[in-house]
Amino acid sequence: MDVKAIKEQFPILNQEVNGHPLVYLDSSATSQKPLSVIEAVNTYYREDNSNVHRGVHTLGTRATDKYEGAREKVRAFINASSAAEIIFTRGTTTAINLVASSYGRANLKPGDEIVITPMEHHSNIIPWQQAAKATGATLKYIPLQSDGTITLEAVRETVTANTKIVAMTQVSNVLGTINPIKEVTKIAHEQGAVMVVDGAQGAPHLMVDVADLDCDFYAFSGHKMCAPTGIGVLYGKRELLENMEPIEFGGEMIDFVNLYDSTWKELPWKFEGGTPIIAGAIGLAAAIDFLNEIGHENILDHEQKLADYAMEQLRTIDGISIYGPEKRAGLVTFNLDDVHPHDTATALDAEGIAVRAGHHCAQPLMKWLDVTATARASFYLYNTEEDIDRLVEGLLKTKEYFGNVF
Amino acid sequence: MSFSNLDTLYRQVIMDHYKNPRNRGQIEGDSLTIDMNNPTCGDRIQLQMQVENGIVKDAKFEGEGCSISMSSASMMTQAIKGKSLEQAVKMSRAFSEMMLGNEIDTEELDMGDIEALQGVSKFPARIKCATLAWKAMEKGALED
Repeated sequence: MDVKAIKEQFPILNQEVNGHPLVYLDSSATSQKPLSVIEAVNTYYREDNSNVHRGVHTLGTRATDKYEGAREKVRAFINASSAAEIIFTRGTTTAINLVASSYGRANLKPGDEIVITPMEHHSNIIPWQQAAKATGATLKYIPLQSDGTITLEAVRETVTANTKIVAMTQVSNVLGTINPIKEVTKIAHEQGAVMVVDGAQGAPHLMVDVADLDCDFYAFSGHKMCAPTGIGVLYGKRELLENMEPIEFGGEMIDFVNLYDSTWKELPWKFEGGTPIIAGAIGLAAAIDFLNEIGHENILDHEQKLADYAMEQLRTIDGISIYGPEKRAGLVTFNLDDVHPHDTATALDAEGIAVRAGHHCAQPLMKWLDVTATARASFYLYNTEEDIDRLVEGLLKTKEYFGNVF
Repeated sequence: MSFSNLDTLYRQVIMDHYKNPRNRGQIEGDSLTIDMNNPTCGDRIQLQMQVENGIVKDAKFEGEGCSISMSSASMMTQAIKGKSLEQAVKMSRAFSEMMLGNEIDTEELDMGDIEALQGVSKFPARIKCATLAWKAMEKGALED
């Protein structure tokens, strides 16, 4: 994999921040966009912009073809059996909310259980809290091991015959933990529960095969995988989606509208009320082409090497705490002794290095880690070992700076 | 910008307040208690004020956060002690102005070390850290 050539595809990375060449280590928050994606969106607005599924005119047909073409591209990307199982949403949050509000509220009753983990992002916690409150179901957590992983024994102990929904992230956005989704899905199914996967940190990095995972729902966002913000995907098994009610009503999603009653379009459109995110879907299709050309295995391999290198280098810093398991996705969450992560992030920014600092939308996990906030460096296909060297150098300077001013 | 520019933000007096916070702790007996957090970053503060006849007799805080939020809380409690709530709110408004980069007369307002936080206005991402304690105080003043 030629990282230098890849990096050239990302114009934003070629700039100075605070007088230093930018080192972007915040791809878990949002990835940068390659030229081909920017161009695809640009071309759509310059040449094809029109509403979809209604115009008889040429532009309308072009826009519809591109939009539905994007759906087919997503289907192939995650190996779903039909494009009818691919619903475009605003992102992972909207996708999980759709499942919780539609499937959850229709299928949960008092005594039922929803099972999640303490490492979930808020977007895979709060929809379930709300569904539990609305239906009288109970929310349960699979306990974490001290290294921030789960064991299948713990899953088996927590998931019972009363469990109706198991929801779990594929990759933790804080710990980098990669969860055994296929095995957990099997356990969920044995107990008659459906499996909902938060793929926000999974789809950009791992090969996703929903047929192999056998999960019932899989949600992910475009913007973390080189596509624009505002586009995401909910995959759902057809027989489940067929029986689910829409949660947004209006244009696009209807079949017949009478004065007092209406009927819905077939899948997937019944869940896509209103004019959809056409340019976003087209951008997502371009991002999938871009990632496919490089190859997911190459990307994963590259990120794995960067994560290993980062762990090895960061460990040489005195007074650093690193959170999460040894085997991890391409991110490292850490704190420097006696320096608050906001101060660390401000100091690194002065050196042109962008990292995330805060609770990473995972407050329950922060509580579990017994910290209020952490700093996080996350890697993607355009990052290099030099970026990590710059990070280490920046952290050493940060330590020295705050050591002196204190 | 490089590390030397960080000195604009991390002035010695700020670090002193961070390391040796004034008025950290809890007020015994009746007091106004305000909890506030910054949901985007996880900083949280609990401010307690003992107010008699509209005058802040005592102010203490507890909380967790970065050097900017904690030093700001330390300086704020120092500044408002002995002042009327009305005066304290006036200071808070002036502080917000300062965060927008506008000149204010900290001496006339008797705001103590607060001036040291002026540099925060050059770091927009950190302004919310600096204003957290002041917002808590304003909320308390409204409740009183």
